[in-house]
Amino acid sequence: MKDKNLIVTGLVIFLVIVLFPFWYNRGKAVPPPEVKLTDKAKAAKECVLSLDYMRAEHMQVLDLWRETVVREGNRIYTNPKGKEFVMSLSNTCLDCHSNKADFCDKCHNYASVRPYCWDCHIENPKETK
Amino acid sequence: MDTSRRRVLQLLGLSAAALSTPPVFNALAAEAPAAKPKIGPGKEARTAQQWAMVIDTRKFKSEADVRPLVDACHSIHNVPHWDEKRWEIKWLWSTKYENAFAGTASARFGPEDLETRPFLVLCNQCENPPCVRACPTKATWKREDGIVMMDFHRCIGCRFCMAACPFGARSFNYRDPRPGITQTNKLFPTRMKGVVEKCSFCAERLAEGKLPACVEAAGGKLAFGDLFDPASDVRKLIRENYTIRRKINLGTEPAVYYIV
Repeated sequence: MKDKNLIVTGLVIFLVIVLFPFWYNRGKAVPPPEVKLTDKAKAAKECVLSLDYMRAEHMQVLDLWRETVVREGNRIYTNPKGKEFVMSLSNTCLDCHSNKADFCDKCHNYASVRPYCWDCHIENPKETK
Repeated sequence: MDTSRRRVLQLLGLSAAALSTPPVFNALAAEAPAAKPKIGPGKEARTAQQWAMVIDTRKFKSEADVRPLVDACHSIHNVPHWDEKRWEIKWLWSTKYENAFAGTASARFGPEDLETRPFLVLCNQCENPPCVRACPTKATWKREDGIVMMDFHRCIGCRFCMAACPFGARSFNYRDPRPGITQTNKLFPTRMKGVVEKCSFCAERLAEGKLPACVEAAGGKLAFGDLFDPASDVRKLIRENYTIRRKINLGTEPAVYYIV
């Protein structure tokens, strides 16, 4: 064991390098984004489905909507509470959530998700150019 | 090890009892089933077995009669306008008689204005659409109401459908269409670069109980209805007038009829 010092030094250097990002960024974690709700969304209180479900699974809802509207031609969604919605991203979702930058983009940017909805779907139907 | 016959039977009985508990347990523990969301068509949605259109070409004398229809269609559907011919996107447009009915009908010794009149052409919503068979991703398909529909989400831009369509009814977005749209209709999506598009008989308007935009703008020059409903407007017009269709020799059975 005559190389003991060498090995320990090497290990320490290795650990420092491996753990460098952790201690360098300590305490600097970006806080999770807080989405802003428009007055209309606040007044409606509940989205198409419950808040928790929408937060976690809104992409599944959108996917279902897309599939049924485009491929089956069915456009009306009645939620478990009996409220009817026209299944449309631009015209229904963005009608309430008309602040895409503060609502959709904030979380998507934080999570590094880049949905390509907006290549075709128009961002805000109520806004006239 | 000496296991008695009695012991074996006891164990078998116990196992059977254990196996039967989960269903009983589940049935007792189950909550009232949560109401499921329902999905369906709108109340005013129009339905048909095969949507069809009759164009009374005698009532379209010049380009000025055609323009409002094309504009209505193209503005509603965010169809871009490019001056460059090879980028052109067309849902509804007009052409000459000799081009519309090349190889099928002849204007020789016919009425003089036949050669000057504009003929509206659009996707024929064929009963036997070759584009649907060509599409490798099922991005285009025949709906139950006869409309040959496009799913822009699924189109990969291979353009097989354009090669398959004998009517040139499909256009390809060689570039991002947005800069070519002067007035955007916020209620309808645009397309993106690399996607094929065409007329859809205004499926989105039929779902709301409206007629296609061109039919509405035509003020009676176009008729729209169910081809397989003997009482429909289109059937009445086809019965009472001599009508022709484009390239019927190809067997695609176009659903757009022309009164010449």
